[in-house]
Amino acid sequence: MPFQIQSRFIGLLDTLGALSQLLGEAARSLRHQRPSWRDFMQQLYQVGVKSQSVVVTTGAATGMVLTAQTYFQFHKVGLDTATGAVVSVGMASELGPVLAGLMLTARVGASMAAELGTMRVTEQIDALRTLATHPVDYLVVPRLLALTVAGPLLTAEAVVVGIVASYLVGVKLLGIEGAYYLAYINRYTAPSDILIGLIKAVLFGAAIALICCHRGLTCPQGAEGVGRATTEAVVAASITILVSNFFLTLLLTRLLY
Amino acid sequence: MIEVREVWKQFGRSSVLRGVSLTVERGEAVVIIGRSGGGKSVLLKHLVALLQPDRGQVLVDGTNLCSLDERALLPVRRQFGMLFQGAALFDSLSVFENVGFVLLREKRHTAGEIRRLVAEALDMVELPGTEDRKPAELSGGMRKRVGLARAIVYRPQIVLYDEPTTGLDPIAGARIDSVIRRVWSHLGVTSIAVTHDMASARRISDRILMLHEGVIHADGATADILGSGDPVVHHFVNGIAPEPSTVVPQDV
Repeated sequence: MPFQIQSRFIGLLDTLGALSQLLGEAARSLRHQRPSWRDFMQQLYQVGVKSQSVVVTTGAATGMVLTAQTYFQFHKVGLDTATGAVVSVGMASELGPVLAGLMLTARVGASMAAELGTMRVTEQIDALRTLATHPVDYLVVPRLLALTVAGPLLTAEAVVVGIVASYLVGVKLLGIEGAYYLAYINRYTAPSDILIGLIKAVLFGAAIALICCHRGLTCPQGAEGVGRATTEAVVAASITILVSNFFLTLLLTRLLY
Repeated sequence: MIEVREVWKQFGRSSVLRGVSLTVERGEAVVIIGRSGGGKSVLLKHLVALLQPDRGQVLVDGTNLCSLDERALLPVRRQFGMLFQGAALFDSLSVFENVGFVLLREKRHTAGEIRRLVAEALDMVELPGTEDRKPAELSGGMRKRVGLARAIVYRPQIVLYDEPTTGLDPIAGARIDSVIRRVWSHLGVTSIAVTHDMASARRISDRILMLHEGVIHADGATADILGSGDPVVHHFVNGIAPEPSTVVPQDV
């Protein structure tokens, strides 16, 4: 058992080292040459535009259920009108970036790992290299930039939709007074809450791209290898988002409040 | 000139290359033969630094590829074109975008020039007018020819072929061979292929090297190798299976 823990720890350090190298290579690529606008826009379309429905649905569903549950508890102590504030702060700084990140991991990260993994096992990555093209320049940088840009935009969208859905459920369905509802949202949602959420979304977007591209580029041979790399990419990115979110909350709250 | 000096390569416990040394001069048409799984493709990938040796050196015009990092290798690789065993075309791109990949990224040519160069390369591999098709719409032989067009369109000095006729019927194989021969003679490139297809090796080479048990076992002009009296070469060239083992496996 201690040996297993030791080898897992070494494996984790190994992966962190490889991810740092990949990030360094991406930075080197950006310094050496301007990324292709066409590749970036293509990725932004795949990552951003095509993920809207899933992110909007997630935001709306989360806003609604959070509103209902918060209302049921707050109603017992007569704090009905505070429901909007709890939902708004929770969505902006925690649930928005985390849930958008998890949905992006499932929809975009999995597809990135599978696509790059398939390219690796069919020698397309080797072909790129023989065509005097660095795989990081052509495959990683456009995806990294697209997710870093799309992450905060989609998060903002999920938060706005979540708060609107919360308003509809709280005011129209549960009968909370609309004016108070909005007033409490305004009073308790600070710009720093929104900023914290957006900073997290940028970092989560970059983490998803790096982890999923890395798993794809280092995918073992065969169809089984692609399947395993895809699963590992989704699991690793999801855990990274959930764990780092806690530490980011502590750090950013301390820095920005 | 390409020079391989004492290259060793091991995967896990399996030692694939055990001190391979060879030299290929500019303009030669060389074929490396050997049994399946004998390390031919591994050796070919060392020539363009897709794999790095555990020991030894690979030199291209005196530059040691083993001492360069991935980014420093890019300009060196510009001298190479490579046809992969499965063609390795980019699925998401059209034939035009595949063939013109390097030209489109380098941005040294105008759009019209790129269209002309791609059309010329496709003509050379006998696939004119296929620019708008996707790799999935092509047969195996056509995919290989598109892969070859992609490898030669930017006028490399050295073209590497990894099992160019594997998986093709004899007619498609002969067609690929004639294209390889034409590329070699018309463009004056150095041609290095690995194959276990002796009919193909005969058609596309002036010199044959045989890789056997991790080392270059034989090296000579095509006619000399085909007529070699060396038992290992003779058996391989003529497709003669070695005598079955006289040891009868014992039940445990």
